[in-house]
Amino acid sequence: MSLLKGKTILIMGVANERSIAWGITKSLHNAGANLIFTNRQERSYRKLTKLLEKHNIEPTLMVTCDVASDDSIQAAFQKIKEKVGVIHGVVHSVAFANREELQGEYADTSREGFLLAQEISAYSLVAVTRAAKEVMTEGGSIVTQTYLGAERVIKDYNVMGVAKASLEASVRYLAEDVGKYGIRVNAVSAGPIRTLSAKGVSGFNEKFSVIEEKAPLRQNVDQDQVGDATLFFVSDLSRGVSGDVLHVDSGFHIIGG
Amino acid sequence: MADVFDRVKKIIVDQLDVEESKVTMEASFKDDLEADSLDVVELVMELEDEFDMEIADEEAEKINTVGDAVEYINSQS
Repeated sequence: MSLLKGKTILIMGVANERSIAWGITKSLHNAGANLIFTNRQERSYRKLTKLLEKHNIEPTLMVTCDVASDDSIQAAFQKIKEKVGVIHGVVHSVAFANREELQGEYADTSREGFLLAQEISAYSLVAVTRAAKEVMTEGGSIVTQTYLGAERVIKDYNVMGVAKASLEASVRYLAEDVGKYGIRVNAVSAGPIRTLSAKGVSGFNEKFSVIEEKAPLRQNVDQDQVGDATLFFVSDLSRGVSGDVLHVDSGFHIIGG
Repeated sequence: MADVFDRVKKIIVDQLDVEESKVTMEASFKDDLEADSLDVVELVMELEDEFDMEIADEEAEKINTVGDAVEYINSQS
């Protein structure tokens, strides 16, 4: 496949081999994309470098980017502009909430915890889109990752469900903003996957058996499936689609009971 | 016992990027090995895979030192 030959895509949010962003990395790499990665701190830089070496993926560029800081985002995109010039896509796979607030009652969410989840999980897409459009001068595609907890109540997902709802609404508003520059914005809503983030949600393991029992396809999804769906959004195959949320969840979201 | 310790040690050295000599039974993940809360969650997942087991959240919270992890794994096998 060479769907992304000659295209340069920025990937944000690879923590380890289990990350959804890592499944996406493999799909985009196999489609011939040049990849830029962001890392949050020095240690994650070394880990990511090791992971890329192990899989024989040579990054076009690595930049430090802490999405909690506008200055850091600005500096990261400045570096991308200087070293690479133009990019054609951004994969946003970043979220955070305090672990104590991913259990119990949503009503107990603290003001700080609410704002933190919104800032890292939803506002980060807004800030990144603003910066990215300056280097996406040939148009392109921005893709983020969401979860069914944005649309329905999922036990213990709590503050993150509300942050994901905000993220999905942001996808729609941002799609309208940047559509005139030839940039599309979409989200993939994946079924539960055993990632570092998922492990932070109390009792997440139980969610897998529900998918196996009730989803039309009777099987859990994996990072590679999300990777290929994201490849669709990043590539021209989806050139007529913007502001959308695509469920990659074995069909679970259509089930009512 | 030694076997479990060695396997745990290898994972810790890999994950936390620390010197082997620092990984003793008494070493605390947070204080001695400079792991943050996400590192600890990641370690727990690696241990679950390595030893083919599930470590419940309540149990994982009690694991503060390398020795705690080794003892928990031994108690399950």
